[in-house]
Amino acid sequence: MPIEFRKDYFADERDDDLNEIGKPTQRQDMMGHVTGRSPFYDDHLFDGLCHIRCTRSPHDHARVRRIDTSAAERMPGVRRVILGRDVPNNLNTLLSLLDFGLDDETLLATEKVRYKGDPVAAVVADTERQAREAAAAIIVDYEPLPAVLDVEEAIKLGAPSVSEPYPGNLFIYHGKYNHQKLRYGDVEAGFREADHVIEGRYQMSPIEQAPMETCGAIAAPETNDRYVCYTSTQGLFFSLGTAAKLLDVSSARLHFIGGTVGGGFGGKVDSLHEPLAILGTMLTGRPCKYQFDRAEEMQVGAPRGAERWYVTDGVMNDGRIVARKLVGYFDAGAYTRLSSYAIIKCVGHLPGPYTIPNVYADVYCVFTNRTPATAMRGFGVTGVDFAIESHMDVCAQQIGINPIDYRIINAYRDGDMKAHRRVAKNTALIECCQVAAEKAGVRLSPAMLAASSLKDGGGARGDLPRYTATDQQGFVAGYQADGYAQQSGNAGPTPPVTMPTPQRDHPAQQPAPVRPVEPGPAPASPAVPEPSTGAPAPQQQQHSPPTPARRGPSRFASISGLRRR
Amino acid sequence: MARTPIEFTHNGEEKAVFVDAGQNLLDVLRRGVGDLTPKYGCGQGTCGACTVMVDGAPRLSCLTLAQEVAGRSVDTVAGLASRPHQALQDSFMTHFAAQCGYCTPGMLMAAETLLRANPRPTREEVVEAISGNLCRCTGYEAIIKAILSAAQSGGLLRTG
Repeated sequence: MPIEFRKDYFADERDDDLNEIGKPTQRQDMMGHVTGRSPFYDDHLFDGLCHIRCTRSPHDHARVRRIDTSAAERMPGVRRVILGRDVPNNLNTLLSLLDFGLDDETLLATEKVRYKGDPVAAVVADTERQAREAAAAIIVDYEPLPAVLDVEEAIKLGAPSVSEPYPGNLFIYHGKYNHQKLRYGDVEAGFREADHVIEGRYQMSPIEQAPMETCGAIAAPETNDRYVCYTSTQGLFFSLGTAAKLLDVSSARLHFIGGTVGGGFGGKVDSLHEPLAILGTMLTGRPCKYQFDRAEEMQVGAPRGAERWYVTDGVMNDGRIVARKLVGYFDAGAYTRLSSYAIIKCVGHLPGPYTIPNVYADVYCVFTNRTPATAMRGFGVTGVDFAIESHMDVCAQQIGINPIDYRIINAYRDGDMKAHRRVAKNTALIECCQVAAEKAGVRLSPAMLAASSLKDGGGARGDLPRYTATDQQGFVAGYQADGYAQQSGNAGPTPPVTMPTPQRDHPAQQPAPVRPVEPGPAPASPAVPEPSTGAPAPQQQQHSPPTPARRGPSRFASISGLRRR
Repeated sequence: MARTPIEFTHNGEEKAVFVDAGQNLLDVLRRGVGDLTPKYGCGQGTCGACTVMVDGAPRLSCLTLAQEVAGRSVDTVAGLASRPHQALQDSFMTHFAAQCGYCTPGMLMAAETLLRANPRPTREEVVEAISGNLCRCTGYEAIIKAILSAAQSGGLLRTG
C-alpha cells in the first residue's frame, strides 16, 4: 500500500540511514493470522473444561436483600455457585496497582448493585448451556434504589450516592479537589478583552470498543500449586497484579499467558475475567472458562465513557482566541476503572493544539449508575477534541472566518508555551491544515499558505503568563494529599494554612471558593460586567469523611504481594 | 443429554464425532475435532468470524446445527493452510490485510468461496462477498485489495 512520506518536515531531525524505520516490513504474527494458527486465549483445549456464567443485576441501582442459589445448585452439571463472599479480597480499583484511587469495585456485588449488568453471582457448570440455565435460576431479591444516570444530576446536592468511597459521586484528585484543575493566565480578564464570547455545550455518547473477540479467560490448575491463565487481556501484568490482589495469592502462583488479542481498543484492560476464571478453578479444581457473549460485551463490557463539555471562547475580530474556559464531566459509570486517569491525560492536552494566553479548566470524574467506563483509543483526549474542534467551527462561522484559517491563526508554533507549562516543539498543526485544505480543495490565502510552525512562535508567546488567577473551588476535606485519592485514616488531614480549615465534625460545611489575594497586577477594568461563562459550576457539596469502621485502603506494592497500611 | 454420532468430511479427511442435541458446528469443529481456526465472535450470525465452507458454500458455523453436516464436506482455513499454493493467504500477507487476525479465518473462507465460484470478481462482487464479515482493526480496503490481487494472480484454482 503506498505510504506518503513527507520527509521535508523535521528534516533536520531525521536520520534516514536506519535499517528498519521507513521501510515496509512484514509483521511477525502475520503467518499465524493467515493460517488460523495464532493462539488466541480460547484456542487452548482442556479436558473437562467448565464454563462460568454470571447472574447480573437487572436494575441500575438496588440493594441486594437475599440471593437464593438453592435451585441453581441442584441443576445438572452445576459444580459451584460463587458469591461475593467467596472472593478472598472482594474490593479493588484497577489503578490501585499504581496507588491511584480508592478501592470501590467488587468482583461480585454483595450488598448493592450499581449498574445494569453488575454481577451478583457466578455459576461454574460443565457446559456453557448448563451454566447459563443455572445463572438464570438464581433468585435475587432486590430492593430498587433511586439511580443517577446523568453526570450533572449525579453531583447535585442530595443525589443518591453510587458508591461509598466517593459519597459525592466525584473522584478526588490529589487528595484535595473534587476535580482536576487547569489554571493558566486569567480567563475572566481575557473574556473582558475579547470582541466575542462564544459558548457551546457538547455531549458524547459512550462507545463500545466492540473487538471481534469478546473478553475472556481460561484458568486451569498447574503443577506446583500454581494456576495457569490464558487471557485476552491487553495488559498482562496489570491483569496478573489485579488477580493476585482480588484472590489474595502471590502472583508467583499465577502463570499468565496472553499476548494474542483478537482486537482490544482499550476494552480489554479491566481484568474482570482472569480473577473469576481462576477463582472458579480454585473452588472446583477444574479448568474454567469465563467468556463474555456478544450481548454482555455490549452491555457489561466497559465502553469509552460519555462526556459533557461546556466550552467558552473569548475571540477577537481578527480571529485570535484570547481566552478559553472548559468545564467537563466524564461519566465514569458506577466504578472508577480508568476514567480518573483519562482526565489527567485530558487536562494535560487542554486547550488543544492552540496557543491561547488564558486557559481555565475544571474536569470532573463523575460516578453514575451506568456501565463503568474504561480505556478506548486516545480516551481522555478524543472526547474533548470533538468539543473543541466543533466549537472552533462554530466560532469561525460566527466571526466570519474560514475555519481552516481560524485554526492556522491560533495553531501553536514551535517555541510557544502550552497551558501545562511546557514549551511546544515539533509542532505541525499548520502544515496539517495546509495539506488538509489542499486535499479538500479549499483555497487558502497567500498569508495562510506562507504560515509555518517554524515561524512566529516563541518570544513573548513562549513566556508564562504574568498573572494566573487561582482559586480553591472544589476543595474537599478528609482525604490524604500524599497519594492521589487516599482516604485518610483516623488522623485528620492537615489542611494547607492558606485555606479555611475544613471542619471534620461538620462535613457539610465545605469551604467556599476563595478569591485569591494576588500579589500580581490587578485584573484590568473590573467595572466591565463579567460575561456569562455558560458552564454551570456544579453545586457545592460535601464529601463526608470516611466512616471509622471502614477498612483502610489497601496498598498493593509491586506484583509480588499485598500489603496493608 | 442425548448424544448423536455423526460422520463428515473435514478438510478432505473423514471425521466421526458425538454431538449434543442443539450443538452448533462451530463448537463441534473447535472442541470435537480440534480445528480452532473458525472463531467465536458473536454466536448470532452477525460477525462472520466463524465462516466455514459446507459443500462449497459459505456457512456461519455458529448458526449451523452440527447434525446438519452429517455426510457432508466441511472446509476451513486449517485446510487452506495445508495446501501447497496459498495465493489468497500470501496476498493477505503482502497487503497487510490482517491486524489482530481474529476475523481473518472467516474473511479467508468468504473470499475462498467467492474465488472458487468466480475467479475474476469485480470489486463490487468482492465487497458483496465479504459483506457478512466484520473487521474492527484493519479496515476493509486492504482486505478487498488482497482478494482482488489474489484473483489476478490466478493461483487459487490450482488446488485439489
